[in-house]
Amino acid sequence: MPFELFVALRYLKDGRLQTGLILAGIGVGVGVIIFLSALITGLQQSIIERTLGSQAHVVVRPPEEMPRVLDREASDLQAVDVQRPPQRVRSIVGWKQVEGLLWRTTGVRAVAPTVSGPALAVRGPGSISVSIRGIDLETYSAIVDVRSRLVEGGFNLDGSHAVVGKELARKLGVGVGGRIRLQVPGDRGGVYTVSGIFDYRSRSLNEGLVFISLRGAQTLFGLEGGVSTLEVLGTEIFAADALAGDISDRTGLVADSWMSQNRDLMTGLRSQSASSVMIQVFVILAVALGIASVLAVSVVQKAKEIGILRATGTRSASITRIFLLQGALLGTAGSLLGIALGSFLAIFFASLAKNPDGSAVFPVALTPFLYGRSVAVALVVGLISAVVPARSAARLDPATVIRNG
Amino acid sequence: MAEPILRTEALTKTYGERVVTHALRGIDLTLEAGAFCALTGPSGSGKTTLLNLIGLLDQVTDGRILIQGQDTVPLGDDERTALRGHSLGFIFQFHHLLPAFSALENVMLPLLAQHGRPQPWMREKAADLLEQVGLSDRARYKATDLSGGQQQRVAVARALIMDPSLVLADEPTGNLDTQSGEQVLELLRTFNRERGTAFLLVTHDDHVAVHCDRIVHMVDGLVDSDTRKA
Repeated sequence: MPFELFVALRYLKDGRLQTGLILAGIGVGVGVIIFLSALITGLQQSIIERTLGSQAHVVVRPPEEMPRVLDREASDLQAVDVQRPPQRVRSIVGWKQVEGLLWRTTGVRAVAPTVSGPALAVRGPGSISVSIRGIDLETYSAIVDVRSRLVEGGFNLDGSHAVVGKELARKLGVGVGGRIRLQVPGDRGGVYTVSGIFDYRSRSLNEGLVFISLRGAQTLFGLEGGVSTLEVLGTEIFAADALAGDISDRTGLVADSWMSQNRDLMTGLRSQSASSVMIQVFVILAVALGIASVLAVSVVQKAKEIGILRATGTRSASITRIFLLQGALLGTAGSLLGIALGSFLAIFFASLAKNPDGSAVFPVALTPFLYGRSVAVALVVGLISAVVPARSAARLDPATVIRNG
Repeated sequence: MAEPILRTEALTKTYGERVVTHALRGIDLTLEAGAFCALTGPSGSGKTTLLNLIGLLDQVTDGRILIQGQDTVPLGDDERTALRGHSLGFIFQFHHLLPAFSALENVMLPLLAQHGRPQPWMREKAADLLEQVGLSDRARYKATDLSGGQQQRVAVARALIMDPSLVLADEPTGNLDTQSGEQVLELLRTFNRERGTAFLLVTHDDHVAVHCDRIVHMVDGLVDSDTRKA
């Protein structure tokens, strides 16, 4: 064991009470950081998973139809009231080329062509307005794992089959094998057999979303051979905004990211992260001041001993290292205590409230990264906190402290 | 003639800037190998100041200090520390052992500081020295669990672990009862005779001084008398 480590360890052991108290302080501080981070990260992951469990990272669709104003030069007539035309389900022009372009775009993991449009789901006297999603099950599954949401029946979209949400099924009183009519604007419609029922854990989606085959939707909306939307899965969840901007620039189409469609959620997540960072910064500051004050007191208490060490041939650099090591040891040992405490708190908290399916109401994310980061932060904070006491120890004049203490 | 262990030339030390105190006013002192020399004088005569300067613990104002022929004044802090570690041993009035360490570890500390890592031979050498000062049965005791006389004997062993050519002792028996003081003094004399280690002892005690071969008496920062026994 190196000389400096030998002395540093002995000093920490010798000042048991001080060492114990500061270790407890660091442990509580790091424990709070671990607990908070695990809880907030867990909650955010859960919220994001739920949000992205039902939608693509980026949705590409044609630009909205705008009124075309006559050229002044061409006619003396001028419109006095220019109105926007009503929007209808339209196909992306040249969608095959666009799809190819998207597949070649960096940051894109999967692309699925779909037809989306509004409809009315009718059974007998009951009717509910829904959004129809015409999909090719294989390509769409790469974007959203719809099969895993199925709670009844099978995910069969062949011919005139549809998969509906459990809320819609309940409201229309229809089960697997039952029939509903899907009515779209322009007096088009068809009767579909319910092959399966899904549960998105979202009341609005369970009531308002109906899956049919891509071909069926094309026919229903009169878009034979066309698609109204291209849904994109990116490689990075939080790069979706940038990816949407890139896609929009390259294709001239409208590209909406999940982040822009969930602005409120994003603001909530960001402010949650910001407040968590603030709390962590102040906890780290308190820990740093604690370590620094304990070591500063130790330098004063051990001034005479430092003088003796210097007189018996210890270099001032070694004295500096002895105190830096104490800071680093306190930081590392304290952070290990904190990891134990924080993990215990997090796991205990997560076990308090459970969903009916057994999952935690407050999920926690205890990751090796979180542990590694905590140890690294505590080590660095310990070292930095020890710099000032260590330098003051190294600067002590041995002759003076031996005589006066 | 062999190089003296220590030579000071016109050594002066002043403290303060506005009100200047002249602690040393020009000391010329030479100490040969194997010397056993007492440095006496009234309080404030500059004995401890001289000892600190020779021990490279303090900076001179003017003059030179040569240790084994090497001028120490131009040396940097690390070089002074290294020279101190190699060539000089210290014994202080209040023992000044490190309370967190055992007697054996206290004796080993200068070796550890010098070499960086503990080696088995260091432990053996420290144990051997503790045996020579009659404390082999107290090797594992914490410094605080030893009597004053025992602590000072551990301090003697620590001062000798680096085989220094000169040991500087500031009132080595000043804080001990007569019997313990006698034991320590006897120990120093034995090491002086057997190893040829030179000793410079600052003391108020005439009894200590009469044990020495040479008595340098200081008054007001100057050497007042320098008496050698025949």
